[in-house]
Amino acid sequence: MSQHTVHKIDSAPQSARRTASFWSRMIRQRQLIFMSIPMVLYVLLFAYGPIWGWLMAFQNYKPGFSITNQTWVGFDQFRFLFMDEGFIRVLRNTIAMSFISLILGFVTAIGLALLMNEIKKTGIKRLIQTISYLPHFLSWVIVTGLVSMSLSTEGGIVNIVLMKLHIIDEPILWLGEGKYFWGIVGLTNVWKEVGWNTIIYLAAIASVDPSLYEAAEVDGAGRFRKIWNVTLPGIRPVIVILLIMNVGWILNGGGFDIQYFLGNGQVLDWSETIDIFVLKYGLRIGNYSLGVAAGIFKTVVSILLLYCANTIAKRLGEERLI
Amino acid sequence: MHTVRSKFKMEPFVFHTINYLIMLFVVVVTLYPFLNTLAISFNSGVDTTRGGIYIWPREWTLKNYEAVFLTGKVYHAFWVSVARTVIGTVTSVFLTAMLAYTISRKEFMFRKPVTLIVLLTMYFSAGLIPSYFLIKDLNLLNTFLVYILFPGAGAGLISAFNMLVVRTYIHTLPESLVESAKMDGASDFKVFMSIILPLCAPVLATISLFVAVGQWNSWFDTFIFASSRQELSTLQYELMKMLSSTVNSNANPNLSSTAAKDTATMITPLSIRAAITIVASVPILVVYPFLQRHFVAGLQLGSVKE
Repeated sequence: MSQHTVHKIDSAPQSARRTASFWSRMIRQRQLIFMSIPMVLYVLLFAYGPIWGWLMAFQNYKPGFSITNQTWVGFDQFRFLFMDEGFIRVLRNTIAMSFISLILGFVTAIGLALLMNEIKKTGIKRLIQTISYLPHFLSWVIVTGLVSMSLSTEGGIVNIVLMKLHIIDEPILWLGEGKYFWGIVGLTNVWKEVGWNTIIYLAAIASVDPSLYEAAEVDGAGRFRKIWNVTLPGIRPVIVILLIMNVGWILNGGGFDIQYFLGNGQVLDWSETIDIFVLKYGLRIGNYSLGVAAGIFKTVVSILLLYCANTIAKRLGEERLI
Repeated sequence: MHTVRSKFKMEPFVFHTINYLIMLFVVVVTLYPFLNTLAISFNSGVDTTRGGIYIWPREWTLKNYEAVFLTGKVYHAFWVSVARTVIGTVTSVFLTAMLAYTISRKEFMFRKPVTLIVLLTMYFSAGLIPSYFLIKDLNLLNTFLVYILFPGAGAGLISAFNMLVVRTYIHTLPESLVESAKMDGASDFKVFMSIILPLCAPVLATISLFVAVGQWNSWFDTFIFASSRQELSTLQYELMKMLSSTVNSNANPNLSSTAAKDTATMITPLSIRAAITIVASVPILVVYPFLQRHFVAGLQLGSVKE
């Protein structure tokens, strides 16, 4: 008790000095502050400002009345969400498509980077790289258009090639059957981003200490041994960081646009994700409260997942994001 | 001895042959859909419905492109896309660079909180419906400004990733430049405008590409916030409207996408769509190979932790 008082008395002038230096620092750094203000205000208003709307999830929101003038229902919307079979299916689709896209994406990008790295002719390597980046720059509107054209039953290239190879006897309606949908989403993501994703891995591979390869060669390691024992461990920190970042995006369902454009009445049970659920309930059906509740669930779980992945990586002594 | 030598030569040969075949496969799969669309866009629409167009047109025509540019809708949408890309990119890149400079200054007292609130936006989203209400309350519905301000996928004034890229680049510049300028009495804003900004040209080119691609390719903001004003429609949105009608017909063979062909003009929805696809992708595809060196370096910068 007495110790506490002593401490208080002692710290009073100190904190006064600190506030004084705080203000003088603010005055000295006024230009830095002014320079950061436009973007900070923008982010606060447009990224965090809408949190205000989260109140809707705890109400039975009726358009036409202000948000403070609504019936409060507590967690009823959330309860309804998790009782709803439709939402559970949406959740399943989201997580399944995320995992498929994530795993396919990682394996193909790392694999392609390793193979590209083995090409010694710089001109050819550069050309292949440039071509492989191309789909990244196309919009999702265009990419899904190309995909639906390639998968078409009337002259779509996929059906033509598979029929020429006698793998199938008649064209398959790829986009009309739910069982193909997740795979199509995963492969479309790979098609668009695999080349782009190799950039980061190729850079990581290039920074692996060359003396490690020489040492492995002295030990008689062949091409694949070197890849397994030197290259892959060398790029592990990059892989871990990217994995952590992607874990936080699990509830994105491998993108919004693909499902929105390629999904259709016949594959609805397989294609609907949380984002599409929100769009449907919120802006089309007009049940704002339920849509907001689903959105809150998504954001909160995403941040929790990111935090967990980061903590686990920290415990394991791996690289971490934050 | 002999076997050892021949084995030594065999392995690389087999490996490289297989590797080149894989690369060939990647290149073909990447390019084919695009080349196919290019061929269809130059082929007579009615002829395309007969099938068999792969990567070379059979009946050359420019009619599809004429149709695209002569219908005022698409022509106008093209210029809206150009406007949002130019204005959106210039404002975003300038403001991002300015913010990146402030958080690159070690002495800046709000460096940590400012960095954090921007970084968190990578994962934090208040959700579509609250954002919609915000845009509505700010009277931004059906205005051009929503294209610049709405922080959607790829668009918006700031991306945390771009900010990190520029900040990391600034850290690679010699600190003495800033110090000596400050010694001469230059203010932070002056240092930023006359020293940092010019030196950042390569990295600004990189993030300009990222922002411009996001702006040019964006369709969602038009769809949600500006779909009731035709004069605000963008190229991607026009394409999207055509696409959603044809995708559904692909899933449902009874509704043939080629049903609505106009035999008089030899144009079909498919051929028009192909032409718009080319118009909407060529501007970026022409630019990106020249910026390759920069964006590869930029991506590497973005992945470096502080």
